[in-house]
Amino acid sequence: MSGFLILEADGAGSHPAAWRASRTAPAAVLGPEQLRDVALAAESAGFHALSYADGPLPEGADAQARLNALQRAAFVGPLTHAIGLLPEVDTVYTEPFHVATQLASLDYVSQGRGGWLLAASDDAREAAAVGRSVADGDRRRAEAGASVEANRRLWDSWEDDAVIKDVDSGRYLDADRLHYADFQADLGDGEGYFVKGPSIIPRPLQGQLPVVAPADLVSEDGPLSPREVDAVLVSAPSLESLRPRLAEAREEFGPRSEGGPALVAELDVVLDVRGLSAADRLAALDAATPWASGRARFVGTAEKLAETLADLLGLADGVRLHPAVLDTDLPELSALTLPLLRSRNLLRPTTPGGAFRAVLGLERAVNRYSTEAARSVAAGTGAQA
Amino acid sequence: MSGDSTQGHSTQGHGTQGHTVADFRPSGQIQFGIFFQGVNSGTVWKTPEAGSQTDFESFRRIAQTAERGLFAAFFLGEGLRLREHLGRVHELDVAGRPDAQTMLAALAGVTDKIGLVATQNTTYNDPADLAHRLASLDLISGGRAAWNIVTTDNAWTGQNFRRGGYLDHADRYTHAEAFVKVAKEIWDSWDDGVIAGSGAAESWASGSGEGHVFARRVRHEGQHYSVDVVPRLPRSAQYRPVLFQAGDSPEGRDFAARQADVIFSAHPQLEDARSFRADLVERTVAAGRHPNELQIFPASEFILAPTEAEALEKKAWVRSQQIGPQQAIAFLEQFWGTSLSGYDPDGPLPEIDPVVEETSETRGSGFHGARARQLADQWRAEAKDKGLSIRQFVTAQSARRDATFTGSYQSVADHLAEYARDGVVDGFNISPWLIPTGLDDIVNHLVPALQERGVYPTEYRGSTLREHLGLPVPARD
Repeated sequence: MSGFLILEADGAGSHPAAWRASRTAPAAVLGPEQLRDVALAAESAGFHALSYADGPLPEGADAQARLNALQRAAFVGPLTHAIGLLPEVDTVYTEPFHVATQLASLDYVSQGRGGWLLAASDDAREAAAVGRSVADGDRRRAEAGASVEANRRLWDSWEDDAVIKDVDSGRYLDADRLHYADFQADLGDGEGYFVKGPSIIPRPLQGQLPVVAPADLVSEDGPLSPREVDAVLVSAPSLESLRPRLAEAREEFGPRSEGGPALVAELDVVLDVRGLSAADRLAALDAATPWASGRARFVGTAEKLAETLADLLGLADGVRLHPAVLDTDLPELSALTLPLLRSRNLLRPTTPGGAFRAVLGLERAVNRYSTEAARSVAAGTGAQA
Repeated sequence: MSGDSTQGHSTQGHGTQGHTVADFRPSGQIQFGIFFQGVNSGTVWKTPEAGSQTDFESFRRIAQTAERGLFAAFFLGEGLRLREHLGRVHELDVAGRPDAQTMLAALAGVTDKIGLVATQNTTYNDPADLAHRLASLDLISGGRAAWNIVTTDNAWTGQNFRRGGYLDHADRYTHAEAFVKVAKEIWDSWDDGVIAGSGAAESWASGSGEGHVFARRVRHEGQHYSVDVVPRLPRSAQYRPVLFQAGDSPEGRDFAARQADVIFSAHPQLEDARSFRADLVERTVAAGRHPNELQIFPASEFILAPTEAEALEKKAWVRSQQIGPQQAIAFLEQFWGTSLSGYDPDGPLPEIDPVVEETSETRGSGFHGARARQLADQWRAEAKDKGLSIRQFVTAQSARRDATFTGSYQSVADHLAEYARDGVVDGFNISPWLIPTGLDDIVNHLVPALQERGVYPTEYRGSTLREHLGLPVPARD
């Protein structure tokens, strides 16, 4: 079984003090060059997807600026050809109608390589920015579930062949192949909202963008069930606890063969680089600001990391790497770790022009409104995706 | 470099007092923008040359062609609900388009100079979110972003959003202006030069305030929303996104005069355009700004050919593609409020009366409030008087709103040079009738003809949209 690797590419790296150790100037993370360079390096290394974090950053000495994640993904869309693009997009303080059209647009500008890294913010700053109250645990899950369903309905609201361009009848569209979403969100306590639809953009190239959700938003009897997401991010505080957690998650979310989501293990990474040990690098960064990520962490050589990843890819479908410092750790990953995994056939090949759904082992999604005839056509194109 | 006469005035925009109408200086130049509408009856789709309206390649090709032609800006429209006709999704026109800012972020990666303008609604967006997203686009593009501010009070559109319809018609400009002021505060909230030059600094950014505060918190309590945010991004190379606005009512013009950098309402006839400029100059001065600080880029269509005769022939063909028999019937149906499919497009206007008192807003707000029966009587009389069929009448109706420059490359260049000399407009925002090749003849033939006349740029002035337009650096609000 071969797996996939996602690279988290926010800012200068995942360590809050990454900006101190980067070779580029701190402001560079806000410019186009860094975005382009990191995306091209990750694609060239053979990563299957890039993720971009969003939301407010920590305060204090490491307080930084952050560009909108979806726009970063869109920016690198036409500059790359094989890598999936997975921006984090919040579900609580955003409008599902806007999110659905923005993500569908990402799919168009990336030729079908868009995905959605689901977030449900409980951050008081984000709530205050839009004048709303903070979402608690249940509310977060309810908002996430509602937003995913609204998005999925809007993506399906145009059948694949809705644009007919029929000169004889003068019709650009066939209105029978467009559908109202008529989605009523139930957020508990009698609260909710309504989304009419249809979308204002034709169906995304992948039919449905893959939805990747943190495990805490997903539950069998909750508003967001495992069958409504395509991949689940699984995290544990140490490598030792990550292995049993992955086994539990497989149990909880169901096997892939029965439509269960792909499992993605979350891993922080600090590597030995240029004569500096990973432990020393981490100590120096932590001396500036301790890195309290809550994720399992690998600290060591690029070769040893390959072994750890080989192990994790036996338990999960993919791993998301959070390099401490992008411009330091990414070249090591590219030069050593990924080639070692590839030589052992542990990584899925990346395909120029391939869909992000294919990375997750999914065919092109069939539209809920399609006729039987259309379903067979969709299945046919799905096989090529 | 030429046409720098606007550079002479104050570089501090807001709050500068004491300007007079006489301070207005014609630049002697015109520039172009392209307005990729994406939902309209003006984009021809029935001809084989018409490409996809959604494929990225269409956008890339036309944006790169515009950049080759030194266009100042590339605009995308926005509509937050699909148009409907007689209770169904309207089928006859091009519809379905990507989100403006997402598409522009992608275009930022494959263009270098051209400004990137997103049409975005103030009614169905949150100010802090929209301002942050525009600031992101501005940084990603190296200072080329702009916002075309639109408002709606349309509850029908509101059905797609949590808020629903919540805004009274009378409130929409008040609301929009409060929204824009908050956005400007957000863009102005970071002091310049606060980000550390290297990792050796004590903190990523430093400011004068306590606890590494380098951004001013922005708070707003309004009738419809409240904002309390510490903005997340510094100013861009052009300081903040350029603001476009299309207001044409007195309220809209005043709003633009106070807040916008460019207005692009169409006033197609030269004399009308001249009085529009004069009016805006007055309003801009009254708002305490230099009269050159509000530029005019009217929306326009160009139908060009090597000769006058060919251009006229081409125009007739374009119109026949835009208003076919079904479009002519549908045009009347939206005022009659009922199916007229039994009527011959080449016959007289329907004798039956409209079934609604007021026309629906589902085809856009332009038709709202028209008293249908009175209009029908008036139109029938006019068509009968002039002996026009349905199709001829509808084509003539469209011609009334026609902002089209038709002619040979040379004659249109001569005509535009007249606009440039008098400073009637600063440029034209061209809506191509064909995607994605609709700018080719303009860039290949009209632009060189304008350059020969010395009225069109021969290179980009700088790297930001603000520089291309010669707009002053905005002072902090």
